[in-house]
Amino acid sequence: MVNITHRSPFLKYFKKNKLAIAGGITVMVLFFIAVFAPLISPYDANDIDRKHILEPPSIEHPLGTDDLGRDLLSRMFWGARISLSVGFVAVGIATLIGMILGALSGYYGGWTDRVIMRFIDIMLSIPTFFLILSVIAFIGPSIWNIMTVIGVTSWMGIARLVRAEFLSLKEREYVLAAKALGASDTSIIFRHIMLNSMAPVLVSAVLGVAGAVLVESALSFLGIGIQPPTPSWGNILTLGKDNIEIAWWLSVFPGLAILITVLGYNLLGEGIRDSIDPRLWQSEKK
Amino acid sequence: MTGYLIKRLFEIIPTLFGITLLSFFIIHLAPGKPTDVLTEMNPKITPEARERLEKLYGLDKPVIQQYGIWLKRIVKLDFGESFSTDRRPVIEKIWDTKQPLLERRLFITFSINILSMVVIFLIAIPIGISSAVRQYSLYDKITTTIVFLGFAMPSFWLALLLMMLFGIHLDWLPISGLKSMNYESLSILGKIFDRAEHLILPVFISAFGGLAGLSRFMRSSMLEVVRQDYVTTARAKGLPENKVIYRHAFRNALLPIITLLGLSVPGLIGGSVIFENIFGIPGMGQLFFMSVMIRDYPLVMGILTIGAILTLLGNLMADIGYMIADPRIRTK
Repeated sequence: MVNITHRSPFLKYFKKNKLAIAGGITVMVLFFIAVFAPLISPYDANDIDRKHILEPPSIEHPLGTDDLGRDLLSRMFWGARISLSVGFVAVGIATLIGMILGALSGYYGGWTDRVIMRFIDIMLSIPTFFLILSVIAFIGPSIWNIMTVIGVTSWMGIARLVRAEFLSLKEREYVLAAKALGASDTSIIFRHIMLNSMAPVLVSAVLGVAGAVLVESALSFLGIGIQPPTPSWGNILTLGKDNIEIAWWLSVFPGLAILITVLGYNLLGEGIRDSIDPRLWQSEKK
Repeated sequence: MTGYLIKRLFEIIPTLFGITLLSFFIIHLAPGKPTDVLTEMNPKITPEARERLEKLYGLDKPVIQQYGIWLKRIVKLDFGESFSTDRRPVIEKIWDTKQPLLERRLFITFSINILSMVVIFLIAIPIGISSAVRQYSLYDKITTTIVFLGFAMPSFWLALLLMMLFGIHLDWLPISGLKSMNYESLSILGKIFDRAEHLILPVFISAFGGLAGLSRFMRSSMLEVVRQDYVTTARAKGLPENKVIYRHAFRNALLPIITLLGLSVPGLIGGSVIFENIFGIPGMGQLFFMSVMIRDYPLVMGILTIGAILTLLGNLMADIGYMIADPRIRTK
């Protein structure tokens, strides 16, 4: 949180926001699960056990088993790893593209700006999910392809945000001072303006993780995302759909995991947004 | 106003051109070829036969030339022929004039999307207003919580849960397709009822994603408006609260919502792939899914183009709605 100085009341307000704290804790717990999935899983996520097929939750298998007798809890832990890595990498790509295009557009203005803004309009008018679907179906559903395709189709919001920040910051006195002192464009863009426009980018990146997790799970659910036997919450839900009349646990738990993840990131993102918005610092009403 | 509209209408054309150019190149430059699918299905196919097929499809030409050919046909509203074995024109697959209106794919998807927009409007706006009017009340807190959950809820998961509850547990609603087995033998009223029954879950699921967002937006827009001076003035001159809210505040709060509704079109269209897949509905989403699986380029391009046109029309309608709602723009 680069532009938040020591005197900024960011932490004070963030701490007061109970929902944001809850979101932050959820995000940390999920991160922990994803990192330590191999250690905390009670079973091997791909261990097939033909004697225990489609068993409801029990003490041995707290979330039940799937159609091949694999332990659902272990698969859910590994699924967290998949979902979060897709979320992080996709958002990383989107943020990078969005920041570069937004900075160019806002800083240089003129033709650069017009071309980039037109490009954004076009990207926003394509039914993106259709495009993601066709590209993944064509190039094959590897996890890297999924991350990349989600990333390159979701940078438009960040680009607009960064552009707006640049438009307002580039006229500030400290930027003009840097220019007068002979700073190069690159130095002004990256050192003086970009660093000061990171806060809204951070918020939108946190919210973006939630969006990417949703898209990945939707793709996997449709069967063109993460391919079995690699577990993902989306492809476990497909099993849930196929066994909807006999195995409720296969539908309920993975969906709940997606819901909690998205909710956690949304709460955290909105919490950060509220805490860095000086206009909200005065109003103590809750 | 008409001048502005005409200008907007002309702006659509270059955007649409950009969209088709971008989609065409992405699709055609993706590694692999449609003929690969054929080879996978029939390993006995010879390289010569493949080449002949590629020539027939026009895939041997450079992409830019292929795009030119596609573009020349599309301006005459000719979407080309499908690559699938039946070789039917794309337009016939999307809008089959031999079938009754209710069975045509574009009509099915379009009507479900329109219905869900109506549902979004009818539910989200009253929720947004009432929770704004009673800000920080218990009602506001409950709806805010539900809305937040709604934001995070994957719609396909909700669809599974509702199918389990209403389709299997309670056995109230059908969970697949658009009509019952005995549809043909039903009376007209029976047919309408049957269709409605099949539409309840899909329309609700399709609307769900927009519900949370729109009601949230309506709430904040309303909160912004009720703080304005003219609302205070309206109250000060002794108007009943109902009139203040619905005549003075509501109309102004609606303005940003109209734009949002126009922007929600691509999301709705994209969502149709998911709900049509879950509920087995023979619409455009399902057709699109099948066409990407066999790399049916003309069909993929056709559906993407129609989706983009609908999106751009949605934006245009939002602009028009904005003008009707806001007299300041109308007079310009």
